[in-house]
Amino acid sequence: MKVYLKFDYVQLTKKIVQDRLSELGYKFNIVGFGEFNFLEKVPTSKMDELTSVFKEYGIDIVENQKSVLVQKIKDAIIEMVHSEKPLQVKSSVYIADKLNLSYAYLSNVFSEVTYTSIENFIIIQKIELAKQLMINTPMNLTEISIQLNYSSVAHLSTQFKHTTGMTPSAFQKIIQKRRALSTKNSI
Amino acid sequence: MNTDFINICLADDDEDDRLFFTDAFEELKMKTNVMTFNDGVELMDYLNDGDSILPNVLFLDLNMPKKNGVECLLEIKQNEKLNDIAIAIYSTSSSEEHIEETFVNGANIYIKKPSDFEDLKKILSEVVTINWQYHTSGLNKDNFLMRL
Repeated sequence: MKVYLKFDYVQLTKKIVQDRLSELGYKFNIVGFGEFNFLEKVPTSKMDELTSVFKEYGIDIVENQKSVLVQKIKDAIIEMVHSEKPLQVKSSVYIADKLNLSYAYLSNVFSEVTYTSIENFIIIQKIELAKQLMINTPMNLTEISIQLNYSSVAHLSTQFKHTTGMTPSAFQKIIQKRRALSTKNSI
Repeated sequence: MNTDFINICLADDDEDDRLFFTDAFEELKMKTNVMTFNDGVELMDYLNDGDSILPNVLFLDLNMPKKNGVECLLEIKQNEKLNDIAIAIYSTSSSEEHIEETFVNGANIYIKKPSDFEDLKKILSEVVTINWQYHTSGLNKDNFLMRL
């Protein structure tokens, strides 16, 4: 006999987490989907146990609130860099407003988790976007510098060289040669 | 603090260079696992063994006996399973031709071996940090080129 099952994933996940947590004697309440709040402090050793309990169900604990926050900061930065409208405020103000937390705090958490600073991450993202535009669109460097809000094309070139160790044209040349090589190999 | 370890491998036939390298990482405030190999054959055996933990960044010396750095690079780039590893060429050569060739063949980073320990620490920290951003922020690794 064949039977078919229909799942309610939200209900299923909630029930598993609830049952296992109660079984293990934790006091908690449900904040929202995928978000639980422990009413007592859970020691790190216990977190490891919980992680392995939930792993069986394919449920991962994003235990670190800081990692969640860092992800939100990154999302805000990426959105900011990719926006075609020029920023009206300084990036620090933009990010702090967007997340509704002080920039000093955000900046500390970010450095602690990612090994780099928010300022540096913004530069990395901008240079990455410049690379994409350089190799995938007909835009020239001057046009790219305008879209990315650089004060001049020289400023973009200098930052590019400083971040990657090579000039924009050296970068372009390597990518073109790589592409030529892979077309040749695939024929 | 960051709970993930950054896995790093180095293949270099020079014992002093290997020591220099591992010492530098010990002094950096990053959680790293560093493994070293004496030549290209030893390295490729490790990478091709299905049970091995693959590195996030691999540092390759160019001049090695048995199998040199470029041979390793080409082999790695042809193997889909190993495609995700960022490759840093770690060499004493600063010939422009050499450098461009390794980039075209798929290297991400080219490092001219510094003679000063403090410089080495600075360079390694920069490389690992930026590589970590590629690894954790979904950046396009095909565009990851860096020269130090």
